[in-house]
Amino acid sequence: MFRFIARRLLQIIPVLWVIVTATFFMIRFVPGGPFTAEKAVTPEILRNLEAHYGLDKPLYQQYFDYMGNLLFHGDLGPSFKYASRTVNEIIADKLPVSIELGAISLGIALFFGLILGVIAAVKRNSFFDYLASSVAMIGICVPTFVLGPLLVLFFAIHLGWFNASGWYTNIDRVLPSATLGMVYAAYVARLTRGGMLEVLNQDYIRTARAKGASEFRVIFRHALSGGILPVISFLGPAIAGILTGSFVIETIFQIPGLGREFVNSAFNRDYTLVLGTVILYASLIVILNLIVDVVQVWLNPKLKFE
Amino acid sequence: MPTILPSEPIPDVPIELEQGSSLWRDAWHRLSKNKIAVFGGVTLIVLTIACIFGPLISSYSYEDQDLYLGASAPSAEHWLGTDTLGRDLFVRLLVGGRISIGVGLCATLVALTIGVIYGATAGFFGGKIDAFMMRIVDIMYALPFTIFVILLMVFFGRNIVLLFVAIGAVEWLTMARIVRGQIMSIKSMEFIEAARSIGLGKRRIIFRHMIPNVLGPIIVYTTLTIPAVMLLEAFLSFLGLGVQPPLSSWGVLIKDGAEKMEEFWWLLLFPGSVFSLTLFSLNFLGDGLRDALDVQSSKD
Repeated sequence: MFRFIARRLLQIIPVLWVIVTATFFMIRFVPGGPFTAEKAVTPEILRNLEAHYGLDKPLYQQYFDYMGNLLFHGDLGPSFKYASRTVNEIIADKLPVSIELGAISLGIALFFGLILGVIAAVKRNSFFDYLASSVAMIGICVPTFVLGPLLVLFFAIHLGWFNASGWYTNIDRVLPSATLGMVYAAYVARLTRGGMLEVLNQDYIRTARAKGASEFRVIFRHALSGGILPVISFLGPAIAGILTGSFVIETIFQIPGLGREFVNSAFNRDYTLVLGTVILYASLIVILNLIVDVVQVWLNPKLKFE
Repeated sequence: MPTILPSEPIPDVPIELEQGSSLWRDAWHRLSKNKIAVFGGVTLIVLTIACIFGPLISSYSYEDQDLYLGASAPSAEHWLGTDTLGRDLFVRLLVGGRISIGVGLCATLVALTIGVIYGATAGFFGGKIDAFMMRIVDIMYALPFTIFVILLMVFFGRNIVLLFVAIGAVEWLTMARIVRGQIMSIKSMEFIEAARSIGLGKRRIIFRHMIPNVLGPIIVYTTLTIPAVMLLEAFLSFLGLGVQPPLSSWGVLIKDGAEKMEEFWWLLLFPGSVFSLTLFSLNFLGDGLRDALDVQSSKD
């Protein structure tokens, strides 16, 4: 187990290095610079700006400076568009909002997905089973950027239960998280149903029943720990999907999170902010994937020997 | 089970030679029994034909503006209403469909080509080459590719060719894994050995003998890749990074509709429904094909 984690940690390093380097050079080779704005600046001002941000140095020098600051100080540099603010400050400001949105969405996805999936598997071919597959179908076929506006149209504008946008009170959290969580609840429900059906026919479940364990205990103690395995392996892609999904959700609901900031910074050519956000998201995804892998091995003894 | 006793005379009926039924015929038969998959297939055919020919016979063009009319609700003249510039939504939807479906098909073709060649090569050679090639795939799986596609679109212009190349370059990974697994499993079968024993070259064995035999899974995953690709295109267009005006795709129409839905609900509802219906059809057709061709689900 320890060796497994150590090996995976070592694998992460080249992945992250590739991401940082590729993004760094991709941005530098882009046609047009960060200061090619609507207002043309005089060459003198441009030179001063470039000197201020170190863009006049040779490219490899810029790269080593950036990497050095990143590795030794965790410093992502100054923002090109928000004068006097650093990328670290902006991320510290916006990231908690996105994390909150993502965490609530993931919670919704797991809570409803698991419940629907377990009921669908236990009461196979019943009303609940069809209900669960219908919900799953909606989640898979109606993308967030259609579902979100539709929910706003109905619940916020027509019924007036929620605000159409914003992120101020707890009630503002409901629609965005529900929209984002719905898709993944659908997948979780499908995977849980499949996993449970496979497990429920196995001998050890019969053994548990024969010992006189209550049906509740059989399902939640014995079956679920095996039936949940496909869901665990789906968590990696789900987390990555929720992160990118937040770009759209934060745009629709005008939530001041990092997702919207990332899209804006890309449009504004705020190179350092783009770079910083990509590094952050990539590291988050890679590290969360590692945790998911570890949990998977820990829960499934069969994998330990591979 | 009825058994024929030796003493019994063999019934003298003309023996009808049973028609050999091929894998494809069996699959077709099974597919045609799957109502929801047939529904999906028919919907897709109808939609595609409507998108190709609809705009040609309509009396409106997708860019004709009628500023006096402005946004109007669905009516006899404009079946699905008009947008704020007075353009007919029905025709715009069909023209947008051409782009959405077109991008879906082209990007899938890119993904298919890369994925099949890569996966087949890794599976055929095996050993160290395979380990190295699949390790690259593993690493790429871990990368947040959607973010890179966004960066590509922002920095290198929102060009439609780049769009589907970028999407295709993201979506080939699963295809490569599936093809590799399939190739591995047929590699040691006799007919491949036979092909090798008569001295065929590696390329010929891969493309003439192996790939046709793993066509089933390839078809299934191609069908399932198309909706994923269309979703990504619409996602980018929704963020304003995909298809640019005056061209429109379903993603662009949904974006416009979402901005104006408070007053003009039809601008959101119709593009959203058509898009969802298409995703639904493609997903269920893919699922149906998977069952019909009896492809083991290696995804979930």
